[in-house]
Amino acid sequence: MPNMRPDRNPMPEQDPNVRNKNFKEVTTGYTEEMALDEAQRCLNCKNKPCMAGCPVAVKIPEFIQLIAQNDFEGAYQKIKETSALPAVCGIVCPQEKQCEAKCVRGIKGESVAIGRLERFVADYHMQNVEDEIVKPEPNGKKVAVVGSGPSGLTAAGDLAKKGYAVTIYEAFHTAGGVLMYGIPEFRLPKDIVQKEIDTLKAMGVDIETNVIIGKTITVDELFDDMGYDAVYIGSGAGLPSFMGIDGESLNGVYSANEFLTRINLMKGYKFPDYDTPVYIGKNVAVLGGGNVAMDAARSAKRLGAENVYIVYRRGEEELPARKEEVEHAKEEGIIFKLLQNPTKFIGNDEGWLTNMEVVHMELGEPDDSGRRRPVKIEGSEEILDIDTAVVAIGQTPNPLIRKTTKGLDTNKRGCIIADEVTGKTSRDHIYAGGDVVTGAATVILAMGAGKAAAKAIDEELQG
Amino acid sequence: MSYKVITKKVLNPQIFLMEVEAPLIARKAEPGQFIILRIDEYGERVPFTIADFDREKGTVTIIVQIVGKTTQDLAKVEEGETLLDFAGPLGMPTPLDGIKKVAVIGGGLGTAIAYPQAKKLHKLGADVTVITGFRNEELVILEDELKEVSDRLIVTTDDGSNGTKGFVTDRLRELLEAGESFDEVIAIGPLIMMKLVCDLTKEYGIKTTVSMNPVMIDGTGMCGGCRVIVGGETKFACVDGPDFDGHLIDWDSAMKRSRMFKTYEKQSCESGHCRIGRDNNA
Repeated sequence: MPNMRPDRNPMPEQDPNVRNKNFKEVTTGYTEEMALDEAQRCLNCKNKPCMAGCPVAVKIPEFIQLIAQNDFEGAYQKIKETSALPAVCGIVCPQEKQCEAKCVRGIKGESVAIGRLERFVADYHMQNVEDEIVKPEPNGKKVAVVGSGPSGLTAAGDLAKKGYAVTIYEAFHTAGGVLMYGIPEFRLPKDIVQKEIDTLKAMGVDIETNVIIGKTITVDELFDDMGYDAVYIGSGAGLPSFMGIDGESLNGVYSANEFLTRINLMKGYKFPDYDTPVYIGKNVAVLGGGNVAMDAARSAKRLGAENVYIVYRRGEEELPARKEEVEHAKEEGIIFKLLQNPTKFIGNDEGWLTNMEVVHMELGEPDDSGRRRPVKIEGSEEILDIDTAVVAIGQTPNPLIRKTTKGLDTNKRGCIIADEVTGKTSRDHIYAGGDVVTGAATVILAMGAGKAAAKAIDEELQG
Repeated sequence: MSYKVITKKVLNPQIFLMEVEAPLIARKAEPGQFIILRIDEYGERVPFTIADFDREKGTVTIIVQIVGKTTQDLAKVEEGETLLDFAGPLGMPTPLDGIKKVAVIGGGLGTAIAYPQAKKLHKLGADVTVITGFRNEELVILEDELKEVSDRLIVTTDDGSNGTKGFVTDRLRELLEAGESFDEVIAIGPLIMMKLVCDLTKEYGIKTTVSMNPVMIDGTGMCGGCRVIVGGETKFACVDGPDFDGHLIDWDSAMKRSRMFKTYEKQSCESGHCRIGRDNNA
C-alpha cells in the first residue's frame, strides 16, 4: 500500500541563521527512514507522467520502487542508465518545473520529492559503493570535447563507454565548468563534481586544462593537425551581459561571473589563505532573478554583507530561479525588491559605487516569452544605498570559437546553430550542445544535449 | 601538463625574467598577447604580457615586476621548478603591419612589453625609435636587447642618473618639436604615463596604441572584470584588447578601476598564503 500522506518529507537543512554565515552545504539530505517513507508515496503510475517531464527521461518510478525495496544502489544504477550525473541533478535540477510538476500526487497534495530521492541515492552510492571502472576496448576513433561543464562531461562519458579516445579541452585550470566556477559550495559541494570527473578520468578520458580552444588551438587544428574524427562543442554561455547603464565601470560593480568565480573557483571566501580577494560591501544589490542571482545573493550574505537585495524587474511569479533557491534565499535574510529595475549606478570621487537608482515597474501584456512585460511607472525613481552590485541578468556564448571557426553558423545572439535532435552543426563532424546552443539554460538540458550528440557522433563514426 | 621555469634572470632589484616551457602557447604567440598563470593551488590568476617567445624551443618569456603578492611569490620560484597553470596566448596581437616609422615607448616594466613590438617592427623593416623611461639608472632594463631591434634608442631617467633627465614624454616632445613625425606611437607603461603620451600625441594628431593591463580572472571574456571604456563603449581588455586606441580611452575610469583591490593586495602580502618551503612538485 502506498503511503497516502499528502505532504512530502521535508529536507533536513542547516538553520538559516547559521548557514548564512558558512559555505557548508545547506541541505543535508534524507536519512534512510525518510527516503523509504517518501518512496512509498510514489503510486508507480503506469503511464509515468513524471518521466515525460525529465529532459533525459530518467526511469523515475522504477528507481523509486527500488528505494522502497531497500535497494539503494540498484536505484542509483537505474538513474545512471540515462543520467550521467545523478548526484548533480538531484541537487540543481528545477524539479518543480520538470518531473515533480507532472507527479499525480501533486494534484491533491505535494508531489513526490523526486529530486530529494535522487539526491539520496547519489549520496548513498558515494558513501557506500566503490565504482568499478571498466575501461572499454578502444575502437580506434578520436573525439575532442570542448568544455568540461555538464554537457561536455556527459558527451565525454558516453563516448568513452563506447571505446572512443576522448580528450576534453578546458580553458580554466579546473574541469567542471559552471559546476565548479558558478554554483557555490553551499549548494553543490565541489567534492561531488570532482568525483564525477575522477570517474571519467579513470575510464580513460583525457582532460587538458589551460587550453583555450580558439586561442591555444583552433577547432580546425583539432581535425587537421591532431587527427580528431569529430568535435563536440559544449563551451557554455560564458560571456556576461551587462545592463548598459551609467556607472557600470565603478568599483564595486561585478558581473555575476566574476563575483562567483572569485568565490567558488578561486576560493575567495577563504582569502587571505587563498590569494584571490572578493570585495564585499555593506549593502549589496544583485540584479536579476535566476539561479545565478540567488547564488550571488546568498554568497554575498555569507561573506558578511549586512543587507543583500535581489532587484528584479518582474514579480515573484516570474522569478526564473528554482523555487527551493528562492525559499532558501528568503530564509537566509535576502530582501527581494521585485518590480524594480536599476537605471544607473552612482559613485564617489574615487570611483566607488555608493548608490543605485531604480525605477519601479508594473506588469503589462505578455511578451514573446509569454511572461508579462514589465513597464516602467513614470516618476517612480528611487535612490538606494548600494556599495556592491552584482549583475546577474544573463550570459551569452563566448565568441572565441565562432570567430575562429569558418563555416560554423551562429544565430544573432551568438549561439551555435545545431540540430535539436543530433547536435549537428553547419560544419561536418562538428557537433554542439548545451548553453553554447541554447543560451544560458539548465544543467540537465545541457546534459541531455551532450548525451544526444554522443549518440549521433557514434552513429556517424560507426556508420 | 607542467610548466617548467627554464631560465630565470634578475634584470634589476625589482624586475626579473622567466622563460617558461609552454610549447602550445609558444607555437601561437604574437607581440601584444598575454598569458595567465597561477603559481599553485592557492594562487591568484594573474595576467602577464608575453615578452618573448621561442617557437622551436617551445618557451614563452615573461618579465615580472615585484608589486604584490603573486609577483613576490613568483620571485621565489627558481629555475627547474614548475608553475601549476600557464594559459594562453590570450588577447589580440598588436596590428603592426604597414607601419613605416614608429616610436615605441616603454615606461618601467612596460619596456619589457614594448620589446616584442619593437623586435617585430624592426623585423618588418620599419624605422623604429624606442624611448624608455625609468626612475633611476639602477632600474634600467633591456638596454642591449632594445639597441639591437631599434634604429634609435633613447633611455631617460626621472632623476637623470643615467645622464638624461626627464620623462619619456619629455623626450618624445623634443623629437616632435624638432619636426619628426611618426606613423604611429606605441606606448606601454603605467596608466599615467600612457595617458600623458596620448595627451601629447593628440596635439600632433599621431595615432597612438596603448596596452591595458587591468585586473582579470579568466582572460577569455568570461568575468568582465577587465572592462575598459573606449570611445564611450565598454570593452573587455582580455578579448577586445589588450591594445586600444589611446586617444579613445577613458583614463580617469581606468585609473580608478586599477585601485579596486589595493587594500586586499596589502593584506594578502602581509598575512596571505605563505609559500616559504613550498614543494613545487607536490
